[in-house]
Amino acid sequence: MADLKTTPLHALHLELGARMVPFAGYEMPVQYAIGVMKEHQHTRAAAGLFDVSHMGQVLLTGSQAAAELESLVPQSILGLDEGRQRYAFFTDSNGGILDDLMVANRGDDFFVVVNAACKEDDIAHLRSGLTLTEVTEVTDRALIALQGPAAEAALSRIVPVTDMGFMSVATLPSPFGGLWISRSGYTGEDGFEISVQEGQAEAFARALLEMEEVEPIGLGARDSLRLEAGLCLYGHDIDTTTDPVQANLTWAIQKVRRPSGSRSGGYPGDGVIGRKLSAAEVDLDDARRVGLIPEGRAPMREGVILFEAEDAALPVGRVTSGAFGPTVGHPISMGYVPARLSAVDTRLWGEVRGKRLPVRVAALPFRPATYKR
Amino acid sequence: MKYTEDHEWLSLDGDVVTVGITDHAQEQLGDIVFIELPEVGTQVSKGDEIVVIESVKAASDITAPLDGEIVEVNEAIVENPASVNEDAEGSAWFFKVKVEGTAQLDDYLDEDAYKDLIG
Repeated sequence: MADLKTTPLHALHLELGARMVPFAGYEMPVQYAIGVMKEHQHTRAAAGLFDVSHMGQVLLTGSQAAAELESLVPQSILGLDEGRQRYAFFTDSNGGILDDLMVANRGDDFFVVVNAACKEDDIAHLRSGLTLTEVTEVTDRALIALQGPAAEAALSRIVPVTDMGFMSVATLPSPFGGLWISRSGYTGEDGFEISVQEGQAEAFARALLEMEEVEPIGLGARDSLRLEAGLCLYGHDIDTTTDPVQANLTWAIQKVRRPSGSRSGGYPGDGVIGRKLSAAEVDLDDARRVGLIPEGRAPMREGVILFEAEDAALPVGRVTSGAFGPTVGHPISMGYVPARLSAVDTRLWGEVRGKRLPVRVAALPFRPATYKR
Repeated sequence: MKYTEDHEWLSLDGDVVTVGITDHAQEQLGDIVFIELPEVGTQVSKGDEIVVIESVKAASDITAPLDGEIVEVNEAIVENPASVNEDAEGSAWFFKVKVEGTAQLDDYLDEDAYKDLIG
């Protein structure tokens, strides 16, 4: 696979028998020997180790970093306490989503993690938007996620993380150098994301993988895990054609940044998003991201067109992610439908291989999260 | 036993051919989560897409390897698609097709030729 970048764990993936695929310009493991289904189940039952080093790691340094970052996102960054992390998204002037990200306040700086496919654009966007702040891409560190009910016990053998709560961050010394740890992830499980110096990454990963509870997990299971958790995959469930209201991500916009909040607006697309947030009545034709459960067993994957009736001529929406959910034991999807059809249990029809099959709107997440609050 | 280049196995008993997918095929597909089989009584022609298999990765089709009539399908694999990952070349067969003349099978690979194909 020429021209693809590799992560510091590349040799380890090959040694572990991973099937490698191109993903966002990187050669990444899609699965290991035990297969996607068992990897998924292992993560929910014990602990899974994911190489997410392809994601962008960025440091924002300077006294105006929080205030300036607020000019690019509808989140409260000035209100983000030291040692805490928050989910955020960059918006464009139409209110569309440019990327979703994690922002951590580390005291001396802000640590931002962005999607691999968007990272070059994101860094350019940060550099042009944050003129008083130093924007530094971290290129010498790997990023490893350890997810699942046994993640805490496993990582605790290396560094003391038991006292960290969900969405807290800490920098801790370890035999593998300083680890930048957040108690978070993207699987719906308790767990951690750990940034480690690239030269120590393989030894650190090996130390975890030697533990009974830890198995390596590929991108295949990462996708089914995040889908069961109702989490969006950028470029599929959210993009520049979906705004945060349509994407059902308004929970991630703090009150202080909403209309009538003390720091309302002041981010790209604030007009569009603000109007929707303060509207007295929901526009029933506006799209909404919903969970979907097919009534039959056939998965409805990305691209499946949704209809209001079995014989309707015109579509009303589409599936943006779909797969079999190994933990819930049936197929699950997410997609967009008009708000008037977004109530839980609304029956719709998805066209699969030329046949209209029934599907119901379902609450998200499909499986409740087990974060450590 | 005969094999197709599409990784089906064919086992002849009288004028009825039992069809399944090879162990190699189930390995390539990964965990199988959904199977749709044709209805008993369907007349099929070689090349017709008559089975849908969905794995955790993707959907794929199985085509009819022969002209004939579907006389039996294995409902057990519809109930438990994962059984194909466990016993693809045994209990997890897909369908049985009654053929007019067995000469149709001559075009297909024997075990050695199939092994060469999958390397």
